Amino acid sequence: MTRDDIKDLILEIIKDIDEDADFDTLQSDQPLRDQLDLDSMDFLDIVMELRKRHKLQIPEEDYPQLASLDSCVNYLEPLLKNA
Amino acid sequence: MDSNQQRIVITGVGLAAPNADNLKEFRKKLLAGVSEIKEIDLRYFGPAPAGICTFNETRYRKKKENKRGTRAGCLGVYCAHEAMADAALDIDYYDRSRIGVYVGLTEHGTVETENEIFNISQYNYDVNYWTHHHNPRTVLNNPPGEITMSLGITGPHYAIGAACAAGNASLIQGVQMLRLGEVDMALAGGISESTGSFGIFASFKAQGALGEAEDPRKACRPFDMGRNGIVVSEGGCIYVLERLEKAIERGARIYGEIVGYCINSDARDFVLPYDKRQAECMQQALNRAGLQPADIDIINTHATGTRQGDIEECKAIRQVFGEAPSTYINNTKSIIGHAMGAAGVLELAGNLPAFEDNMVHPTINVSNLDPECALPNMVLNKPTRLKSVSTILNNSFGMVGINSVIIVKKYEG
Repeated sequence: MTRDDIKDLILEIIKDIDEDADFDTLQSDQPLRDQLDLDSMDFLDIVMELRKRHKLQIPEEDYPQLASLDSCVNYLEPLLKNA
Repeated sequence: MDSNQQRIVITGVGLAAPNADNLKEFRKKLLAGVSEIKEIDLRYFGPAPAGICTFNETRYRKKKENKRGTRAGCLGVYCAHEAMADAALDIDYYDRSRIGVYVGLTEHGTVETENEIFNISQYNYDVNYWTHHHNPRTVLNNPPGEITMSLGITGPHYAIGAACAAGNASLIQGVQMLRLGEVDMALAGGISESTGSFGIFASFKAQGALGEAEDPRKACRPFDMGRNGIVVSEGGCIYVLERLEKAIERGARIYGEIVGYCINSDARDFVLPYDKRQAECMQQALNRAGLQPADIDIINTHATGTRQGDIEECKAIRQVFGEAPSTYINNTKSIIGHAMGAAGVLELAGNLPAFEDNMVHPTINVSNLDPECALPNMVLNKPTRLKSVSTILNNSFGMVGINSVIIVKKYEG
C-alpha cells in the first residue's frame, strides 16, 4: 500500500467507527484523539479493524505509534508494503 | 395514611413499543387494537413473528454511541429522555447524585454474545477477533449505565433481573428507594432487546411455547382456544417517579400513585406458573394498598398466550376477584407481544390513560374464548367504556417462579 492508501484506510476505519467524523480540518501531524471524538476504546477498534482487514497483530507497546495520521502511516507503511 | 413524602407518584412516561414511540400514540393503537407484530428473519432460526420498535434512535445520542452501546442501551436512553421530557423535568431540578436509575431486564448479554460468536466464526473461532466491547456491553448494569452516561446522572444505577416480572420489580425498587430516602427522583422501568437473540426464540420453540400464525399480528392470542405460544418483542418503558410532595410543589402532571405492590416466589418449577402464589401476590398487593378486590377497576393481565400460563392466571384472578363484579380484565400482549423485561411497565403505561378517558383497551385475537380462561368482564376485541376508572392492577410473572403485582390509583388531589 502507498502512504496515501494507508491514510485512506485509517480514515475509512475511523469513518466506520464514527460516521459523523469530520476530516475537513484534520491536521495529519496532530493527535487524532484531540481532533476527533475518539477515546481508548476507539483506538482498540482501529487495532481490531487492522487485524481483521490485514491480519496485523499490533503489540500494545506500539499503540502510541497510532496517535496521529502521520505516525499511523509511518508505522504501518513497512507492515503493509505488500498489502 | 402515608405522608406525602412516602406517597410515590408517576409523573413521566417514556416508551418504545412495537407499535408506538410515545404514550399518546401507544394508547390510541391499544384502544383500536392495532398490532404491528411482523415476521422477522433470525440468524440460524429463520422466520418468526416479533415485535420491533421504530423510534428516533439518534434523537438523544449520536450514531457512534449507539454503535458502541447495546440495543437495550439505545432503547433505555430514548425512553429515559422521553420520560424526563414528558415529566417536564430538567435534569438539574434534582441533585444529579440523588437520582436513581433502576431498570428491569429479563436477560442481558445474550444478543451481544450471540453476535460475537457469529463474528469470530468468520475468523475460524480465533478469539483474537473477539471484541473489547463485549464486557461493557454485557455487564448487567449496561442499560441503566448507558442512561446515566447520557443524562449525566451520578446517583445509583443498577439492573434488576426478575425474568418477565423485571419491569414491575424495578418500579417497586424505585418506590422503595424513594420511601427510604435513598434518592429524590427515580427513573424506573424495563427494557428488552430479546428479538436480537435466536437463542430465545429457539428455546421457546423447543419448549413448545413460541406463538405462530399465518398473519403475524394474530400470533399472540391470550385466552383464545387456538393460542399456541409467546410472541417475542423488544421494547422499553421508563417512568419518572417522584414523592407526591415534590410533584405537587413543582406542579407536575400526575399519572397516578403507586399504592400497592407485591413480589413473591412460587418455589416450585423452572417454567410452570402457579395460580396459588399468583393469587397470594395479588392479595398481598391489595392488602398493602388497603383496597378490596371490588375496588379494582382494571386488571391488566400478564397472560402470554401459552396454554397453561393463561389458565393459571385466570384461576388466580378467580380466587381473588370472584366477588368483584365491577372489575374489568384486559391483556396488552395480544397487541404488542411479550416485551419481556419491559412487559409489565409497558403494559401498565398503556393502561394509565384510562384514568382520563375511562376506556379499557381490548384483548385482541380472541375468536374462541377458552372456557378455562373465561372470567366476568373480559374486554375482548373491542374497547369498553366505564363510568370511571380509578384503580389499575397490573400482573407480571416470570420464569423460575417469580410473580409481581402493582396497583396504581388515580390521583385526585
